[in-house]
Amino acid sequence: MEQKPFSDISYNQFLNEEKLMGSRCKKCGALFAPPRSVCTKCYNTEMEWVEMKGKGKLAAFTCIFVGPPFMIEEGFDRKHPYCSGVVELDEGVKVVARIEEVDASKPETIKVGMPLTMKFLHQGEGENLKTYLAFKPV
Amino acid sequence: MQKRRKLGRGVAIVGAGMSKFGMFKDKDSKDLFAEAFKECLESVSKGIDPKDIEALWLGNFSNDFFMHQGHWGPIISDLIGLAPKPATRTEGACAASTLAFRDGIFAIASGFYDIVLVGGVEEMSKRPTEEVTEGLALATVPYEGRVGFTFPGVFGAISTAYFEKYGATRDHLMNVTIKSHNNGRLNPKAQFNVSVRDMMNSRIARAKKKGEPLPAWKDEKEALWDPKFNPPVAWPMHLFDCCPISDGASCMILVPEDMAKNFTDDPIYVKGIGQGSGRGLHAAPSLTSFEANKNAAAEAYGMSGLTPKDIQFAEVHDCFSMAELVHMEDLGFVKEGTAFKAVAEGYTKLDGPMPINTSGGLKCKGHPVGATGVAQLYEVWEQLKGEAGGRQIPNKDLHIGAAQNLGGTGGTCTFTILERR
Repeated sequence: MEQKPFSDISYNQFLNEEKLMGSRCKKCGALFAPPRSVCTKCYNTEMEWVEMKGKGKLAAFTCIFVGPPFMIEEGFDRKHPYCSGVVELDEGVKVVARIEEVDASKPETIKVGMPLTMKFLHQGEGENLKTYLAFKPV
Repeated sequence: MQKRRKLGRGVAIVGAGMSKFGMFKDKDSKDLFAEAFKECLESVSKGIDPKDIEALWLGNFSNDFFMHQGHWGPIISDLIGLAPKPATRTEGACAASTLAFRDGIFAIASGFYDIVLVGGVEEMSKRPTEEVTEGLALATVPYEGRVGFTFPGVFGAISTAYFEKYGATRDHLMNVTIKSHNNGRLNPKAQFNVSVRDMMNSRIARAKKKGEPLPAWKDEKEALWDPKFNPPVAWPMHLFDCCPISDGASCMILVPEDMAKNFTDDPIYVKGIGQGSGRGLHAAPSLTSFEANKNAAAEAYGMSGLTPKDIQFAEVHDCFSMAELVHMEDLGFVKEGTAFKAVAEGYTKLDGPMPINTSGGLKCKGHPVGATGVAQLYEVWEQLKGEAGGRQIPNKDLHIGAAQNLGGTGGTCTFTILERR
């Protein structure tokens, strides 16, 4: 794996390539996603990249009816809510992500604990490409 | 074992003021702070010469965003005639003014100053709801904002985790809301000084006037289950789970303990103060607790030598109904996973064993974020002095009260214990 800096910029570049990457402390083995450049368990600074498999389960979620302007631009509003959640990955770390392919207008149909698999939402192209991490039910 | 913390010298509050909270077309941040400052000076029972105030700490989260005007320290220092003495702005999202209070305490405890003013101000109502939502989301952690989380959304997610873990439901959150409104109804400075029942009645009256079908709610909870009355914001957070958008200001005068009686026969003493920091949802050790709360509580209990049992009443940061339950547990008022039952049993009502948010909380009093921390302490001050009017806690010899303030999504938490001797 190329030695990109263990930063949010790198994390987002990897998302553009449809990779969910974390960092692992070479000394104590602690795993972080998104990556950290300093291990907050043992304060070691020697890290290595680890690719997450993209499987996990829903740990918490919300269905948002009043979103910020950038989500409204995507077409979401009070009648068309979207779901955001916390996903506990099989690797044992948690990430926050959009939750897709669920009916956000019927939140009672969405269950904490449901198994999920990763997908990527791309927006824009070239230098303006932005990728949002998302998960969907298995 | 947490280190026992102590101040270099004790600190007392000798004056306190708070503007009315609300959405004001005809008042700006300066007007609101002037209102709070006037009351604060008048509350110093033996009088104080404003010229004797030596420095100001002012909490403000983001008038930069809300008003396109930053750098509020000197603006307020000029307003109150403090310039050219020092003015410092503190920022800790919705905990901004408790950080001002805490820095003021340290300034006195260190011996550097004797008389300082601390407070906060925020003016949020001049922008549309969606933009205020965006502005507040600046205080989530970056990963959360990017995937669409809003402030209510983060507390919505915390709710689903709590519901799953402990078996609570939206019905339990409604108990928090109804209780807050019953208290807020008794607070003339509250943005919503009406009960849920009052709001239902005005909705029914409006329908009658328009000749529309009348809502058939049996009680408050039926109304709160009705999405027309209580629409979802970030499920399971609905409108009545969320504090409003508010303008307001608050302030207090702090002095060393041994000078306090020069200003009043009845000062309120700082018994304990603590602060903590926390991480985003993805990195937090628990989705149903704030680690920053626990650190703040350990510092404040450690400094005061008190335990949760000694706290007679508290203001806690109910930016969302769910938050009130988490704070009660984090601060040790009840065991983890039991706050929703305690509230259902009336434990936290005004006349209950442990009144919580007698002011109406952020939900009803309002939440001008930078002013909130000191406004919570203002409520504790009023209750301890027996000056809370219709919402005075009944039948209790009050001497210990506390306030817990949360910034962001748990990134900053503070816990302050005040004492009347």
